[in-house]
Amino acid sequence: MSARFHRLIIAAVILAWCGAVQAQAYDYPFPNPLVATVINTPAEYAAPLPADLPIKTATLQLFPDREVPGILWNLDELGYSYIRQKGAAPVVFLVAGTGASHQSPKMQIMQKAFFQAGFHVISISSPTHPNFIVAASTSGVPGNLEEDAADLYGVMQAIWQSLGDKMEATSFNLAGYSLGAAQSAFVARLDEDRKAFNFKKVLLINPPLNLYNSVKLLDAMLEENIPGGPDKFADAYDRIIARFAEAYAHGEKVEFNNQFLYSTYKYKAPENDQGLNVLVGLDFRLSSQNMAFASDVMTKAGYVVPADLELGRHDRVTQYAKVLSRLSFVDYFEGIFMPHFRAKNPTLTEADMIKRMSLRTLEDYLRTSPKFGLIHNADDIIMLPGEVDHLRQVFGDRARIFPYGGHCGNMSYPDNVAAMTSFFQKN
Amino acid sequence: MTIFTKSTLRLLVLALACLVFASGCASTPKQADLNLGYSLPKHQAKDVLKEDVRYPIDVYDPIEGFNRRAYTFNYYFDKFLYLPVVNTYEFITPDYVEDRVSNFVDNVFEFNNFVNNLLQFKLKETGITLARFLINTTVGVAGLWDPATGWGMPRQTEDFGQTLGHWGVANGPYIVLPIFGPSNLRDTTGLVVDSVAFSTVGPPAWVDNDDAELVFMGVSAVDKRHRQSFRYYQTGSPFEYEMIRMLYTSKREIEIEK
Repeated sequence: MSARFHRLIIAAVILAWCGAVQAQAYDYPFPNPLVATVINTPAEYAAPLPADLPIKTATLQLFPDREVPGILWNLDELGYSYIRQKGAAPVVFLVAGTGASHQSPKMQIMQKAFFQAGFHVISISSPTHPNFIVAASTSGVPGNLEEDAADLYGVMQAIWQSLGDKMEATSFNLAGYSLGAAQSAFVARLDEDRKAFNFKKVLLINPPLNLYNSVKLLDAMLEENIPGGPDKFADAYDRIIARFAEAYAHGEKVEFNNQFLYSTYKYKAPENDQGLNVLVGLDFRLSSQNMAFASDVMTKAGYVVPADLELGRHDRVTQYAKVLSRLSFVDYFEGIFMPHFRAKNPTLTEADMIKRMSLRTLEDYLRTSPKFGLIHNADDIIMLPGEVDHLRQVFGDRARIFPYGGHCGNMSYPDNVAAMTSFFQKN
Repeated sequence: MTIFTKSTLRLLVLALACLVFASGCASTPKQADLNLGYSLPKHQAKDVLKEDVRYPIDVYDPIEGFNRRAYTFNYYFDKFLYLPVVNTYEFITPDYVEDRVSNFVDNVFEFNNFVNNLLQFKLKETGITLARFLINTTVGVAGLWDPATGWGMPRQTEDFGQTLGHWGVANGPYIVLPIFGPSNLRDTTGLVVDSVAFSTVGPPAWVDNDDAELVFMGVSAVDKRHRQSFRYYQTGSPFEYEMIRMLYTSKREIEIEK
């Protein structure tokens, strides 16, 4: 055979191989992780998920004797949602991300995807959501992964007690995204001892490796990207609104949702990342603000509300929102979190607590337990350099790392939905 | 509707307009220090907040006490009356029929879009609105369908609150209207003027049948809530009242700018 023929064969093989790789290429539309995090996956790129499902919502009273101050009157019972299959099926418990409720858009993506794949689905708000802090947190001070996991476990048991006769479970499973993923790992660890559920599989989607590192990144995104500094936030806000207005002049209606963000983005893509950083940081700041206020009021910590002032149902609280809008997670950590845990254990240092807020504390367990799966993005903005790689190394072939998607931006992208559901379906 | 004679109507509009202009001049009063007489929290307003810094969450709201109660009232009204009715409507009506109802209601209210586009001298938009009404009423079978949008004539929503805003009238104090929800003095004035104009010289006056008008108003109220996904206290934020107040204000700003 001639050398030319050889070369031809090699070329053909290479082409075929490239073609195969091409077929597996990941075509999520936003290679910029900030755009991905803000816009998520617009409907036109998202996996088709059923629109009208018989999703039920219910409430639980976990602490009947707890007195809830007037200002938080509407949060005294824990809301959750569920959807069930006809007949016996595996159950998936879902845990929401930072500040998110059981009905958040990302929870709905998972709820629909898992229901479509044949699971009963039970959705629980994040332990950092004000409703959870008021109605379900034992301490009222969220952020300690081990304690939050214990609260979640109690909530799951209570929910199962009231849903058990309505759903026939073939197995119990667990999934969470973002902070909810980190908490799920701790819930799974607790379940190894308590064995109330014997979780068969546990899926972690975009967990932080170290919670403290991640929240510091998010705080910095807001504080360091407002031109002129945080005092000029109102100007940055005005510019964002002006941008919406400009896009709206060419659109139809104003609704502050993902689709509206996407049309604004499509109308004119931002020239740099500054505004996107502000949006991501702002979203996180609003969650922290709600969390810190609920925690402050419930524990009478004297953080921004005077410890001896009981706020009533219709009291003005704008001033507290303004003060909280200028405080970071580190302020919460030092102002409510540490004093609370130091009161129980005076020798506790900040470094100890920061260490505990990490998946590294469970590393041996995560390395060896076959029940785990990890879905993450190589460009997740809440991770420090090397953190995603560390998780990749911990989970080995149980990890699926996508090249893009930012922080949870690609959850409803078809490849991601397939990865989520197939993890639970395969044996 | 014969509740309003022409002269009382004119008076009412005039009075409301005066209020709007007066409110535009009033400035935001300083918020009283909430912490007076109590132990000092770790982070106090006087240390953290500076005088000359603007906060988007600050919206002029002198009747906040009333507003917060109205907000809670709306939650209960929704929970025990409005939403059960809307849910029943959604349960018995196929989606396809719901969309026809929405189109029909929108088409009847094109009257207000027409008047307000005209009052803002937006002649192109006024023309589009007129054309939409004619096309959708005929080709679209009494407005049940909306072929006009498909033919490049999208809806040009304008109300009298936007018209006032267009001509420079400020928001005035924030108001949470019972049942209707977030508003401000300018937009409340707009709402009153729009409704009065609608029922005295708009489609109900053309038909002149009180029963038909009553049924239409009921249907449009249910249709409106059906299309609005907002639920009171669903955000779970302890600052939901403030957030909605801020977003309502920004949303109107965006709509007026168009």
